[in-house]
Amino acid sequence: MIKNFLYSQKVAPYVFVLPFVLIFIIFWVYPLLSSFGMSFQKVTLGQEASFIGADNYTKLMGDTIFFKAVRNSAVYMILTLLILIPFPMLFAVLINSKAMWGREFFKSSFFFPALTSVVVAGTIFRLMFGEMEGSLINSLLGMFGVEPVKFLKGQTTGFVALVALASWRWMGVNMLYFLSGLKNIPDDYYEAASIDGASAFQRFTRITIPLLKPTTIYVLTISIYAGLAMFIESMMLWNGNNSPKNIGLTIVGYLYRQGIEKNNLGYAAAVGIVLLIITMVINLTQLAISGMFKKEED
Amino acid sequence: MKNKWLISLLVVSMLVFLAGCGGKSNSGNSGGESSVLNGGAGDAATELSYWTFVELHGQHFEKMLEKWNAANPDRQIKLNVTVMPYDDMHNKLSIAVQTGVGAPDIADIELGKFPDFLAGDPQLEPLNDVAEPFKGTVVQSQLDLYAKEGNIYGLSTHVGATVAFYNTEILDEAGVDYKSIVTWDDFKKAGIQVYEKTGKYMGTADTSAIWQASLLLAQQESDLTDADGKPQVNSPEMVRAMTMLKDLQDNHVISTIAGGQPDTEEAYGEYNSGNYAAAFMPLWQMSRYTNYMKDLSGKIAIAPLPVLEKGMHRSYGGGGTGTVVTKTAKDIQLAKDFIAYAKLSLDANIEIWNTLGFDPINMSVWDMKEVTHNPENQFVKYFVNNPFDVLNEIKEEINLIKSTSASPTINNVLCTVTLNEIFEDGKDVQQALDDAQTQIEQELK
Repeated sequence: MIKNFLYSQKVAPYVFVLPFVLIFIIFWVYPLLSSFGMSFQKVTLGQEASFIGADNYTKLMGDTIFFKAVRNSAVYMILTLLILIPFPMLFAVLINSKAMWGREFFKSSFFFPALTSVVVAGTIFRLMFGEMEGSLINSLLGMFGVEPVKFLKGQTTGFVALVALASWRWMGVNMLYFLSGLKNIPDDYYEAASIDGASAFQRFTRITIPLLKPTTIYVLTISIYAGLAMFIESMMLWNGNNSPKNIGLTIVGYLYRQGIEKNNLGYAAAVGIVLLIITMVINLTQLAISGMFKKEED
Repeated sequence: MKNKWLISLLVVSMLVFLAGCGGKSNSGNSGGESSVLNGGAGDAATELSYWTFVELHGQHFEKMLEKWNAANPDRQIKLNVTVMPYDDMHNKLSIAVQTGVGAPDIADIELGKFPDFLAGDPQLEPLNDVAEPFKGTVVQSQLDLYAKEGNIYGLSTHVGATVAFYNTEILDEAGVDYKSIVTWDDFKKAGIQVYEKTGKYMGTADTSAIWQASLLLAQQESDLTDADGKPQVNSPEMVRAMTMLKDLQDNHVISTIAGGQPDTEEAYGEYNSGNYAAAFMPLWQMSRYTNYMKDLSGKIAIAPLPVLEKGMHRSYGGGGTGTVVTKTAKDIQLAKDFIAYAKLSLDANIEIWNTLGFDPINMSVWDMKEVTHNPENQFVKYFVNNPFDVLNEIKEEINLIKSTSASPTINNVLCTVTLNEIFEDGKDVQQALDDAQTQIEQELK
């Protein structure tokens, strides 16, 4: 009986999928539903939670700091997309090219930053972008006669540092994704195109870019998520969650401030739900536009 | 079909990534440095854990632990000290005490964060019984600072009398005598002279701390909150204080500093290099000088603060740390007895001065010349004049700024937004303070 059950072709797939489904339910569906419930409550750790209806959401809609955080996260996401998709793609193509010298060296040196802890990297970038004359970037600028800049105190300059950190750290990872995508494009296509007289640029735009589309969409999707969920980079760069005028505050940072620092978990849950909605809307729209939901025509 | 799977996989991986972000946030800079202080304890000693955000506090406890273990052979203690960054420690402690899991037996909580821990039903042990024997010997207001509804939950470390620290080398170069600075007008005149003669700034325009705002309010007998504990950061007194500071900045008397205030690593570097001639800080800043600004040894003089008008009180008690015992402590009575001994006894108060350079809350120590003027003491050696000569002069003039449940929010808004707007962006003082009031009220809703 048991043997029949285990060997049944109908049951087996469910057994194999079960661990994943369980993990999904326990670590995703349950916390999600629970935070959804919490977002309608006033929750203070150690005390009885009370139902307060949509108060958290109404408060959120009038909360200028929350909108500042949303704006920061959105700007950061867009900037990282603008840098961390085209450049890694270009570098991947260069490194993949047979004419390229020292390919392995570049591959590993680009990937190296990803192995560094964000905490260490953030701290180093904080020192580099320090406001004193002697800090690295300012002393470099000083050579060109530029006055010291208070990088981490201005919105634009602060983001320059933040995006520099992100670019330095993630360039190599995204490049590896593109490299693996490139490996899937058969050489024959390029050969055929060369025989037909296509230039390098034409081969890149007509063969590489279209065939890299699945990889690009994947990188785009995870970069949108990573951009909106960024937190530790900002926390390390500003040495805490409280940057001057909240220039480095992100949505997750705000969630952390409300939930952990201010012990206002219900409100933090509402922030989390809004973040989830924003991310889902952007990503699903993006996937729909790029045609990922369409049936493949064979 | 294949494509469907790919899409589901994509969506699911995205969701799983998203779900993971909550956990990620905690892994930032956790950890901290741990060490076990033995203090001559035997094998039978009880090991108590202690969290702090000030490395130096551990040194004081180490001294007191040795004395405690020698005096109490049947109740010996080993202390497992963990030092963590300020925000980190308070956040972890908050979660630990509220959930009742993972909290240390003893912890330091900074005054600005203390109201958060008193919210609702405090998960800290009342310390009335162990504090009782010391009533009358220590400053009562320091016990009240960490109390709620008649229960004392934290034991204070110091009075934190705020004074002026002047770099005499820079002042001599500019021909300024710090002893002649009585009012902020005198300070301004001196500052203009310093800037003209040396190109250096007299003081700092703080953007990440409210020491200056608080001391100027205290001088005017005002506060950041009203009698009911409601925020009032746009009061006429606050506007006067900020306008005065802005005027000093406009005249190159003070300037913003890297790190945002004198008590930061970047600022220690600036002071050490002699770029700023004065700091207005609670007395505990002395330990920062001896530990982090060694180049300035023999150059720093301590003086009463300048006042807005002659006759105003010249100091206020700034900052502070309350040592608490958590409800989940292994041996509550032992922990309570030990911290009372380590912080309130006369011996402890003498050691607090000797090791930490703080102004002890047992004010009889202030008059013990052999302790306060001990020529071997590192602080006596470091500073141009004796700190206690100044402290005793202003003894009756130390006002307090209340710590209420609104304080953490007020602190946060002023230190992240408002002070930056005023001193970095030059925003109109009244406007900036009105905006701050609105923001604070919105957050406290």
